[in-house]
Amino acid sequence: MQASATAPPRPRPSLGTRWEVFQRRYAPYIFISPFFILFLVFGLFPILFSLYLSFHQWQPASGLGSMKFIGWRNFTDNLTDPTFWQSLRNTGVIALESGVPQHLMAIPLAFAIHTSLKKVQGLVTALYFLPYITSVVAISIIFVTLFSWQYGVINVALNALHQLPLIGGLFPAEKINWLGNRDFIQPAVASVVVWKYVGWNTVLYLSGIQAIPADLYEAASVDGATTRQSFRFITLPLLRPIMFVAITLTLIGNLQLFEEPFILAGDSGGIGNRALTTVMYMFRTYNFYGDAGLAAAMSWLLFILIGALTLVNNRVFGKSRLSGND
Amino acid sequence: MKKSLLPLTCVSLSLALLIAATASFSSAQTKTVLTVGVFPDLDSVVKAALPGFNKKFPNIEVKINSLAYADHHTALTTALATGSGANDVEAIDFGYVAKFAEGGGLVDLAKAPYGAAQYRSQFVAYTYPQAMTDDGRMVAMPTDIGPGSMFYRTDFLKKAGVQAADLNRSWDSYISAGKKIVAANPGTFLIPDASEVAQIIIRTGLASGEGLYFDKGNKVLVSPVSPRFIQAFTVAKAIRDAKLDARAGGAFSGDWTTAFQKGNLASEVSGAWLVGHMQNWLAKDYAGKWASQQLPGKSYTSYGGSFYGIPSQSKNKDAAWSLIQYLTTDPAQQILAFKTTGAFPALKAAQSAPLFNEGVPYLADQKARLVWRTAANNIRPIDVNKLDPVAEQIVNDSLSAVLDGSKTITQALTDAQALIARRAR
Repeated sequence: MQASATAPPRPRPSLGTRWEVFQRRYAPYIFISPFFILFLVFGLFPILFSLYLSFHQWQPASGLGSMKFIGWRNFTDNLTDPTFWQSLRNTGVIALESGVPQHLMAIPLAFAIHTSLKKVQGLVTALYFLPYITSVVAISIIFVTLFSWQYGVINVALNALHQLPLIGGLFPAEKINWLGNRDFIQPAVASVVVWKYVGWNTVLYLSGIQAIPADLYEAASVDGATTRQSFRFITLPLLRPIMFVAITLTLIGNLQLFEEPFILAGDSGGIGNRALTTVMYMFRTYNFYGDAGLAAAMSWLLFILIGALTLVNNRVFGKSRLSGND
Repeated sequence: MKKSLLPLTCVSLSLALLIAATASFSSAQTKTVLTVGVFPDLDSVVKAALPGFNKKFPNIEVKINSLAYADHHTALTTALATGSGANDVEAIDFGYVAKFAEGGGLVDLAKAPYGAAQYRSQFVAYTYPQAMTDDGRMVAMPTDIGPGSMFYRTDFLKKAGVQAADLNRSWDSYISAGKKIVAANPGTFLIPDASEVAQIIIRTGLASGEGLYFDKGNKVLVSPVSPRFIQAFTVAKAIRDAKLDARAGGAFSGDWTTAFQKGNLASEVSGAWLVGHMQNWLAKDYAGKWASQQLPGKSYTSYGGSFYGIPSQSKNKDAAWSLIQYLTTDPAQQILAFKTTGAFPALKAAQSAPLFNEGVPYLADQKARLVWRTAANNIRPIDVNKLDPVAEQIVNDSLSAVLDGSKTITQALTDAQALIARRAR
């Protein structure tokens, strides 16, 4: 442009035109900028900073100046820490104990609501969904009182059942220390998680079932298929994509389990650390031990684990086998 | 000439006015605004102190920023980490002092111009070492303390025919008396949790130069041959095995609260501050039935305490120190604090107030403050180590493994020693 210096200077475009051009070119970016600004400040920066932190030794209360580079030490320290491995085991056990029942209950439930409870579908779904939108803290505190050893309603109920003739022998005579006994604390935590998330998964599966074309069921019933057969051979295979989504969400959520065990078992992780999940241990490492680098490294190790398991899940449920077979 | 003079006069006049105005304005503004970060109930203490403080220091205006206990310390951690956002004076609970002592986030009060060392002899002996670092810096001034005491139900003891002295002669005596009390009062427990007893034993009988879990040279003291830890674990296990404890876990847990509210506890070991909770909400219905005495086996230990520190980032350090001095070294103020919230004075001069010879109404007019004063002056200082929180957690975990029978004492202590050692390297 500048080369044609001899050419008569083009008239400067008016302010209005320039504004027009500017906004046409940049308005989209300005409109989407709030997300990116917030994401950069509250999303990307903390992520990158935690990565940076994971290679440093840092006691937050000592100020930023006390940060010291120590290479892979935080990672090796975590990987040789028996408590870290125990927290992973706990997380895995609680994730399985709470994750598997969620789906085993939600899929048949969604199918039943879809086929038999059409008229009250909205109400029933809303009721099942209610725990999901209730505060975790409120739920956990209520369950703590229910599970209480001496004063809990569950033990009172079991005790009353024990007094019954004939079937009384099926119920324990002694009060069970649900949250204070190694064998019961993980199922106790898992049951609260199941209670909370069954409704959420039911809604997911219900929407998946509703998306299955009705003519498939009609064709099946013409061919004489029973309800059980149409569930097994139509609903389940066609729910595959939804299963992938639902299981991925459960997987990520359960591996990051924090509030429920934290309130039910306290920050110590309960008896024998049985309810100490990895995120709780991370929280403890940062908050009580004041070791930010170690906690950051732990979060990255957990991220790697979640990423790997999601990949496995993708392999199992991600591909719709139907398209390949048909 | 005349024409041009007028505006000039106007300008100079208005300028003079402006200068005068700013001058008078700034003289009103020499009032320093001092911010104080506290948590409940300590905020009530500071609030109660302000009229007296303002009389002495009319030029300092104090602004109280009160946050919930945990939030306050989290906010302070963040402020110290980033180097901004801290208040001029920060309250610090005992459990956090060691954490904040690391690094240079808080000023050294032992140095000039503060010179906190001059007051050392005026304070309960164990408080100063709690706020001192290994390299001799003093990061906070003690204000209140929690002398440990045993609380027991006189009516339960009477029913069982047990004397109060049977409960605190020794730990063995505590257990055998406890068995009688629980037998005579069905549905009651001797103590909320067996682990509380272990905590006391771990904190008593320390050799000089020993911390709770580490010695001066950072050597781990937890070991399967340490008499202190063996005794702590053995006594706790005996209480659990005799079914004497309510297995309520830590203080303020759900079961702990319910057991108190239902009146199912025969005794509890805690700081003197527990009485405040009991009379206000925890065991309101049992006024006059509780009494206080020293811990079993002549044990003296402290349950918490509060401190004030000045962040290095503060711009009003002198005013901050004036306020801290007033709050901690003024006997009248320390007594006022004790009256306001039951915050037991760390200043010895405040402990001779007439109040101490008065009965405590909740404890059936027992002169319990004298019991607590004796305890306070018998508590020995314990060296703090920055890894104490880690070691405490590990020891608590191994204790719970012993209590529920999944590990033997030797095995639990061996494991704990190894776990702490790998952190300490």
